[in-house]
Amino acid sequence: MRAVLLRFAGAIPTLFGVVLVTFLLTRVLPGDTATYFAGPTASAESIAQIRTSLGLDRPLPEQFWRYLKDLSHGDLGMSLTTGQPVKTELINRLPASAELTLSGLLLAIGIAVPLGVLAAVRQGSLIDHACRVVTTAGVSLPVFFTGLVLVYVFYFLLGWMPAPLGRLDAFASPPPQRSGFYLLDTLLAGDIETFRAAAAQIVLPAATLALFALAPIARITRASMLAVLGSEFIRTARASGLSGPTVVITYALRNALLPVVTVLGMVFSFLLGANVLVEKVFAWPGIGSYAVEALIASDYAPVQGFVLTMAILYVLLNLAIDLVNRAIDPRARRGA
Amino acid sequence: MKRRTLIKATAGAAALGLPAIRKAGAQTAPTRNETLILVQEYGPNSMDMQGIGAAQPVNGVSLNCYDTLVRFKRKPAGDGVTVFDLENLEPGLATSWQIASDGMSCTFKLRENARFHSKRPVTARDVKWSLDRAVKIGGFATTQMAAGSLEKPEQFVAVDDSTFRIDFARRDKMTMPDLAVTIPFVIDSELAMANAAGDPLAKEYLKNNVAGSGAFKVESWKPGTETIYVRNDDWACGELPKLRRIIARDIPSPSTRRALIERGDADISYGLPPKDFKDLADAGKVRVAAVPVPNAIWYVAMNAANSPFNDVRLRQAVAWAVPYEKIMSAALFGRGVPMYGGPDRVGKIGWPIASHYKTDMEKAKALVAAATGGAGLSTSLVFDAGSATIAEPMAILVQESLAQIGIKVELNKVPGANFRGELNKKTAPMVINRFGGWLDFPDYFFFWNYHGNNSIFNVASYQNKAMDKLIDAARFATDPAAYERDVRAFLQMGMDDVPMVPVCQPFHDVAMQKYIGGYHYAPSREPDFRYLTKGA
Repeated sequence: MRAVLLRFAGAIPTLFGVVLVTFLLTRVLPGDTATYFAGPTASAESIAQIRTSLGLDRPLPEQFWRYLKDLSHGDLGMSLTTGQPVKTELINRLPASAELTLSGLLLAIGIAVPLGVLAAVRQGSLIDHACRVVTTAGVSLPVFFTGLVLVYVFYFLLGWMPAPLGRLDAFASPPPQRSGFYLLDTLLAGDIETFRAAAAQIVLPAATLALFALAPIARITRASMLAVLGSEFIRTARASGLSGPTVVITYALRNALLPVVTVLGMVFSFLLGANVLVEKVFAWPGIGSYAVEALIASDYAPVQGFVLTMAILYVLLNLAIDLVNRAIDPRARRGA
Repeated sequence: MKRRTLIKATAGAAALGLPAIRKAGAQTAPTRNETLILVQEYGPNSMDMQGIGAAQPVNGVSLNCYDTLVRFKRKPAGDGVTVFDLENLEPGLATSWQIASDGMSCTFKLRENARFHSKRPVTARDVKWSLDRAVKIGGFATTQMAAGSLEKPEQFVAVDDSTFRIDFARRDKMTMPDLAVTIPFVIDSELAMANAAGDPLAKEYLKNNVAGSGAFKVESWKPGTETIYVRNDDWACGELPKLRRIIARDIPSPSTRRALIERGDADISYGLPPKDFKDLADAGKVRVAAVPVPNAIWYVAMNAANSPFNDVRLRQAVAWAVPYEKIMSAALFGRGVPMYGGPDRVGKIGWPIASHYKTDMEKAKALVAAATGGAGLSTSLVFDAGSATIAEPMAILVQESLAQIGIKVELNKVPGANFRGELNKKTAPMVINRFGGWLDFPDYFFFWNYHGNNSIFNVASYQNKAMDKLIDAARFATDPAAYERDVRAFLQMGMDDVPMVPVCQPFHDVAMQKYIGGYHYAPSREPDFRYLTKGA
């Protein structure tokens, strides 16, 4: 417990640094918010009016102080592109991104871990080569491209998948909000029809993400398994006459999981931020596309809010990974 | 006070009586044929078009959910499409209007049975509050009002509950049309003020809520995701729309929007690249309604205030060197009206008109040689990354062509937020951009783009006293003959001095299924749901 609190305390300077750097970065970037939002036929006066109303005419330290003061009240400011408070937007959009990322990640784990294990056990076999091909393809194909290809094939040509209209098709209404995860909320509400609709919508974007996440997970599983399989305790286990599956799954895999979990954490946080393009292709109302739209418009508040949220998520995620590692491996408990 | 209580009481009674009426009128849920699915790149960022920072799609909220005193009549433009008629107005909230004999004011009679969505009757006080707000709020709304000489709250007078008067600041032919655009819409002032929390303009409330009397209400609005409109069955200002529900989804990827319309999962798709519109129009599976955007052109502007393009010969050289045909086919894919190769002298007046320039490299070379003595020069060209689908190929073609006449051009693609800033600096030697005013008059375009008051859209920073005089005279001319003379003169001057080279008048393309009817093009370019029909 003490360790957990210590970790939190250690994160505070990091977060402050993030706040400061994003603030400065958004201000240093070229681009004039006031001119952009003054609209097509703006006069110099109307631009000045907007600049004053946004507080952009004040000196930087004062702007930063005001931003900090708002932050301490949990106020992340207003987005100019969507006209809504950043906090509500992030709260509304984070579940969408998280649901998509988690689905993609689970799908990737489901394929990548067995693939990696098999490739390690039968090194040099056909499955090992298949693993290599899949991981190379997964890394080298950009996500928006795989996304578009999947849409083209499975929606446009074959018509097997529903229209890429976001989380639900136009005629379905969202389930009552509990977790914000449609797949969970529909089940909790007992609404099987909407669950099917939501599940159908998530298949393609999740598959796109999974294809991308497959590579690091499969490769690290394979490498880690190879290292463990070559170690002495495995030789001992085999020599003691334990069955193949027992050796591979109970002894080797458990020991090989440590780096895999660490990589999973990284992949998850990476996907959460990097699924912007998938969100764009599938009109997924997540936080990635939100932040990018805001960045293009020089809309500071959402960008700052997004980076801060991501920083907090990273901190929490790293903590969670440490805790999981302790649970898996007794050695990690002593290490801390 | 008594009156108000009475209104409230009747409104309450009406509301109570409503369920019974609804049942009697066999009100069922809207069928799929009464529901329209529209996909667009991004939706509204506010419900208040007068508010500062309102984005382009907010015009659609104003158009469909609010009423104005008067509306533009629709005129057919072929292929079942109608466009607004700048010169003919029809009743909106006002059933009739009369311009005073001295031509300095206009008195409007308001519709008796018009009610806000809150069921409160629309009064002249609401009209005054709304128009006052538009001239006071600042930003785009105030600029647009001023374009029609609507400048001060004192100009707006609520004579009695159903009579409203506007006192003109000057005789301006744009005053009446300016009342029909998406800015001077009428707001339920009592509802707005009751929720304003002390703000005399109720900015925050109106940004998030519709308080209008228009043909549609906003049922749900999820910024960045979806806006759902439902029909206001009590709409008094026109024939009840056929559509009862509109689902407008924000789909950022143009490829996805195209796939949706081709597969038939969307009824209407807005904003595709010109190549997609060309493909769709050629394939013929869906209908592409193409309206040349009134008043608008794509142009190449040159900074006439600074070297090197303060030399008119160099500007003319560029005008002769622009590869017009290639731009039309490779950048615009034919989705526009060519604005080059016209007669030497300006014939019929209007805007845009074709210039007398066409691609003639010999002429261009001769002009460059005369101006630089054969030394050539290098310069740079700025364009907006937000419109790069068209501007980028256009810029590259211009770059290639100018290289042949000894002008070396460096391209500079600037992200949307910085582009306006770049224009405001007024230092870019060359700019590729597009502009069009809502009020389709040549003098309006020239006032923004060629006048010495140097607005942000005078991208060329063009200064010419003679030009200013002609524009100012034309703006407030009352004699048609004098107007025509001045317009012709400044059009000719614009072509000869050529601070901006007209290239093409773009189409406003919208792809829709063949069963969609009643498509109407309004000045704001946003879809007008009131006339749309969906037959299976």
